[in-house]
Amino acid sequence: MVVYLWNLLDLVLAGLVVALGWAAVASADLKRGIVLFIAFGLLLAIIWARLNAPDLALAEAAIGAGLSGALLLAALRDEPHTGDVIGFTRGPVAWATTVLSLVVAGTVAWALLHAHAAADPIRLADKVTVHLEHSGVSNPVTAVLLNYRAYDTLLELAVLLAAALGIMAVGPARPAYKPAGPLFGALVYWLVPLLIVIGGYLLWVGAHAPGGAFQAGALLAAAAVMLRLGGNPAAGLPGPVAQRWLLVCGVAVFISVGLLVTVGGHAFLQYPHGWSGMLILLIEIAATLAIATTLALAYVGGTTPASQGTLSEQQIKNHRASD
Amino acid sequence: MIEFIAMLIIMIGISFFAAGSIGLLRLPDLYTRLHALTKADNLGLGLIVVGLAMISGSLLMTMKLLLIWILVLAGSAASAHLIAQQALRREQN
Amino acid sequence: MLATDLIYSIAGVALFALGLRAALLHRTLLGRILAINICGAGIFLVFVALGYRGPDLVPDAVPHALVLTGIVVAVSATALALALGRRLREAGDE
Repeated sequence: MVVYLWNLLDLVLAGLVVALGWAAVASADLKRGIVLFIAFGLLLAIIWARLNAPDLALAEAAIGAGLSGALLLAALRDEPHTGDVIGFTRGPVAWATTVLSLVVAGTVAWALLHAHAAADPIRLADKVTVHLEHSGVSNPVTAVLLNYRAYDTLLELAVLLAAALGIMAVGPARPAYKPAGPLFGALVYWLVPLLIVIGGYLLWVGAHAPGGAFQAGALLAAAAVMLRLGGNPAAGLPGPVAQRWLLVCGVAVFISVGLLVTVGGHAFLQYPHGWSGMLILLIEIAATLAIATTLALAYVGGTTPASQGTLSEQQIKNHRASD
Repeated sequence: MIEFIAMLIIMIGISFFAAGSIGLLRLPDLYTRLHALTKADNLGLGLIVVGLAMISGSLLMTMKLLLIWILVLAGSAASAHLIAQQALRREQN
Repeated sequence: MLATDLIYSIAGVALFALGLRAALLHRTLLGRILAINICGAGIFLVFVALGYRGPDLVPDAVPHALVLTGIVVAVSATALALALGRRLREAGDE
């Protein structure tokens, strides 16, 4: 009986998430679509919690719903309101695309049904749990991310760095917001230190409970978004030199740790026994800073005015003297 | 026994949430809808937090749940104020 | 009675198809980026649904780690696409 109730809950959640995805994509008004996308992200976070994935629920609520939605809304603000361009293309192309996506969906669903009915193969999950006490952390997701598949996480941080470089190369930041009124200013005043403290807590607790570097970095980026919405044009980011150091430190610390352990005769990123916990914490601290800086930079949209260089006092005097 | 009372309190909280959602669908105006969302939903969340705190049985968990409720209160109050202010400004222009 | 992971896998495939259709058909760049994000969410749903073992058993951590990486990469790709779109629009080329 209880199993049927769980199935009913699953059917309702799955139906709702597909309906929300459809509504988010099919609405002609983009602002409505983006707000529905944020709601979609939050519902997806509930589904991750249902599927026993609390780390993913934290990351989805912070990054997938919160930060993605904020980025899309900030981009919408720059877009001029052209009423004739919005919407879908119609006609035979639309029908062909619908048929194509139905065929793709049908093929993948058929493959999934067959995979579901097949016998259980050898699973990686068993190997993960068997060796978990040697990995240095007791949260299996952190162990997979920063020990077993550390190479993938290194490349992911490199992808983040590449995106940050692309965003900085493309142009200056988006126009800033006006300073916050008293109510929102008070909210920013109270929330930003709280977010920083909770980010640090999530980073520390990721070793033995749901949490970790990505969720902590996302919370710090959320603090930066709040600062920018409250009127600070640089979103709390430091000056240009410090920004570049912060962006690079994730990949740099990761590669340095990986190369340093080869001195003792191990392979690249093969942590020595007894050192894994400490090395993972070191890498996570650097990764948190890099992720927070990249996501804050992504929200600002480019190089902030401070980092473009300001005229020095002497230059201003020279300029005035030449008039 | 405690679990039964906690379950009852959570059910009452869920009914407040349902009232808030029905208010969102049925009320005519932006301002009245904001009323329904902030007041009814936050009270419902408060009752659910009380019920969960009774089930959890640990002081640390209760403190965390209380912090969550206070943060949701602050966030929804500030955002409701901002939305209403923006709507009023748009009406006056 | 359907298994839990099957329900969510089919929902993930449906989301992927929805997002694919909208990504090909939407006229504005912002709409296409939104649709690709929904595509990605559908794929993540399939992954995590395949890693689910039961209400009481520990789930498979490997798909969780892959999806966590995927979420972060998706948001950074979205940010880069939005920055490029803004530059294209300023250059008059979108």
